[in-house]
Amino acid sequence: MDIFLQQLINGLTLGSIYGLIAIGYTMVFGIIGMVNFAHGDVFMVSAFIGLICVLLLTTVVGISSIFLVLAITLVVAMLFTGLTSWAIERVAYRPLRGSFRLAPMISAIGMSIFLSNFVQVAQGPRNKPLPPLVPDVIVLMERNGYQVTLAYKQIIIMAVTAGLLFGFWWLVQKTPLGRAQRACEQDRKMAALLGINVDRTISLTFVIGAALAAVAGVMYLMYYGVVNFADGFVPGVKAFTAAVLGGIGSLPGAVLGGLLIGLIETFWSAYFSIEYKDVAAFSILVVVLIFMPQGLLGRPEVEKV
Amino acid sequence: MAAPHASDLWEDDDKAPQVTIPPVAPTPREAALLPALKDAVASGIITGLLLLPLVGFRATESGSGPLTLTYRFGLVAVLAAVVAGLRLVLNLTVWHPDRRRAGKSSSPLAIRLRAGVAPLLKPAFFALALAYPFLAILLSGGLSPSRYWVDLGIYILTYVMLGWGLNIVVGLAGLLDLGYVAFYAVGAYTFALLSTSVPLNAFFDAHVAEGFWASWSFWVCLPVAGILAGLWGVILGFPVLRLRGDYLAIVTLAFGEIIRLVLINWVSLTNGGAGISSIPPVTFFGMSFDRDDTGFAAVFGLSFSPMHRMIFLYFIILGLAALTALATIRLRQMPVGRAWEALREDEIACRSLGINTTLTKLTAFATGAMFGGFAGAFFAVRVRFVSPESFTFMESAVILAIVVLGGMGSQMGVAAAAVLLIGGMEMLRNLTFLKSDFLFGSDFDPALYRMLIFGFAMVAVMVWRPRGLVATRMPTIFFKTRRAVSGSLVKEGHG
Repeated sequence: MDIFLQQLINGLTLGSIYGLIAIGYTMVFGIIGMVNFAHGDVFMVSAFIGLICVLLLTTVVGISSIFLVLAITLVVAMLFTGLTSWAIERVAYRPLRGSFRLAPMISAIGMSIFLSNFVQVAQGPRNKPLPPLVPDVIVLMERNGYQVTLAYKQIIIMAVTAGLLFGFWWLVQKTPLGRAQRACEQDRKMAALLGINVDRTISLTFVIGAALAAVAGVMYLMYYGVVNFADGFVPGVKAFTAAVLGGIGSLPGAVLGGLLIGLIETFWSAYFSIEYKDVAAFSILVVVLIFMPQGLLGRPEVEKV
Repeated sequence: MAAPHASDLWEDDDKAPQVTIPPVAPTPREAALLPALKDAVASGIITGLLLLPLVGFRATESGSGPLTLTYRFGLVAVLAAVVAGLRLVLNLTVWHPDRRRAGKSSSPLAIRLRAGVAPLLKPAFFALALAYPFLAILLSGGLSPSRYWVDLGIYILTYVMLGWGLNIVVGLAGLLDLGYVAFYAVGAYTFALLSTSVPLNAFFDAHVAEGFWASWSFWVCLPVAGILAGLWGVILGFPVLRLRGDYLAIVTLAFGEIIRLVLINWVSLTNGGAGISSIPPVTFFGMSFDRDDTGFAAVFGLSFSPMHRMIFLYFIILGLAALTALATIRLRQMPVGRAWEALREDEIACRSLGINTTLTKLTAFATGAMFGGFAGAFFAVRVRFVSPESFTFMESAVILAIVVLGGMGSQMGVAAAAVLLIGGMEMLRNLTFLKSDFLFGSDFDPALYRMLIFGFAMVAVMVWRPRGLVATRMPTIFFKTRRAVSGSLVKEGHG
């Protein structure tokens, strides 16, 4: 029971991070029908931007309040990652609209390779460790020497995720931008005829997705305290799995899928074998895509001729 | 591009409105300068901002202590200025609105020249490949000094073969396979396990003549590796080939990773991350390439040199690559090959014409996988050591980059891309002058930029020439006259 509770907490934390990345996948897929393969690497880039920002604020500027540091880092990482994603869309994806179907995918794979190797060249291939930023924990219960703990950083991750999701939901449901986005999702040509700037809406979709990935990146950095240039690939694939599991194109689905993947991964590691945890995630991806491609909350895809 | 058609308005909405070229008005040069300058400055600023966090600062490890920041703002400024300058030059020249679109009206002489050269290209390439080791020996002056060059040739040809194998799947059938390296791994591990595992060898010794296995092992394992890889292609392909293009890509990626993770974690069979070593070397009709009296050198009366084995390996991979090319050429002229190409262009049309798309895809997948298996067995016998490290997603990506850059479906294009990319990257390693102090400094490692350039090239090719460097493809089946099919002539199909 106590192990279960502990793993539940850990799984929900991890799942929040996956959910935040998954939203980027699902939004981009919803609006232009493309798997943004480079999204995982955008997440990794944001973690590096967060790392640089934290170092700058703590060692050079000398801010001692860790929450202020985190808040500034979040904003800075969101801004720069959004800009990066905007540039990527502009350079690598926009010229390919109307090209054959696999072209954006191949371009995205190229972008993914480019980003991870760019970070490797710019920052070096070794792990970048940070001292723990928020080390305090709350002991929830203790039995037979086994403590169930809830770390402050886990509370921060879940609170920030929940807050952002609410804000994001408001953005999509209530603002003109969200309306434009949903219109483009339904029928891009009609939306353009009705005076919506489709290109800008798509760009903004990429920027929002990247900003959420940046939040995930900073949270990841704070949670694990270490980041590496190759860290984008596996979380990226897992977040994509989450998006597919929840039903690609569906925002609540992405969050639900993220939480499920996080829980499955932690429980698998705790109760079965930690070596095969990635195999479990990849297997879920394969099984869901084959047997349930519309996911839990998605709409079944209609093939158009 | 076909003339606009009324039904275009109602086509599926995943196509963006075509990019419109602004109306060309005769503007004087000065009028174009200002917007060009503005654009250049803007792109320079954006580049600077993009590079600022990760190039401007660097988190440097200082021993075991905490990370420290080092600053490189000068580099950011230089790179931003380079981008702005390039953009300005391009805006004023290539992208200049006044510039007349230079029609590609090649003169009759050029056409005749091309028609004359084109049929000679393939034999010339093959002859060069055949003569390559001897040229290497001749030019480097002796057997031993040519070792590097022959090794490089083997390395490149392995990628040519892998590219041709993947070309069947991606280029001909239009299925994006991101897990091709899994079949390469299956082939390599098949040979590694069959040749080093004691119980398996005992089984073969008991059923076939004693010693048979030891002298023939690579040649026996080669077809076995191909068949097993093909079988895995069928097993993995069967459930997933109903999926649409990009889902298929992701699932193949997942399969590739699953196979690699299983290889790492199934320690009792594969020895895990430590890999399998002491794989027996290749033999020439039972003769080993060592100093023995029964070795290759002694039998043929040559003085012993380890290069004999290298050159033999070179010819093995050349033969395997040629086999792949030949099989592809023949298959393309058979109904199944035509079905592949039709499938790539338009899947729905294929289905309406009664082609069993799943089965057609499966044959492509399995054929490609089989050649991957052959290449894997060759890899195992060349390196004589296999470990999961060699079969990462990056390897798949490199092979895919070769196919994409070469022009999907074009054999010569893929071969050229392999030579260019693998050979070019190897040459990059040798550019020692880049390490001089006034350029990049002595800690500059050009090899690190290999994958960076790969990734960039993939994006660039997709943006500028989505059909690859060799964009023209001759159809294998034609009506009355053979006409070139190029990316700008046909509407891109929705694979």
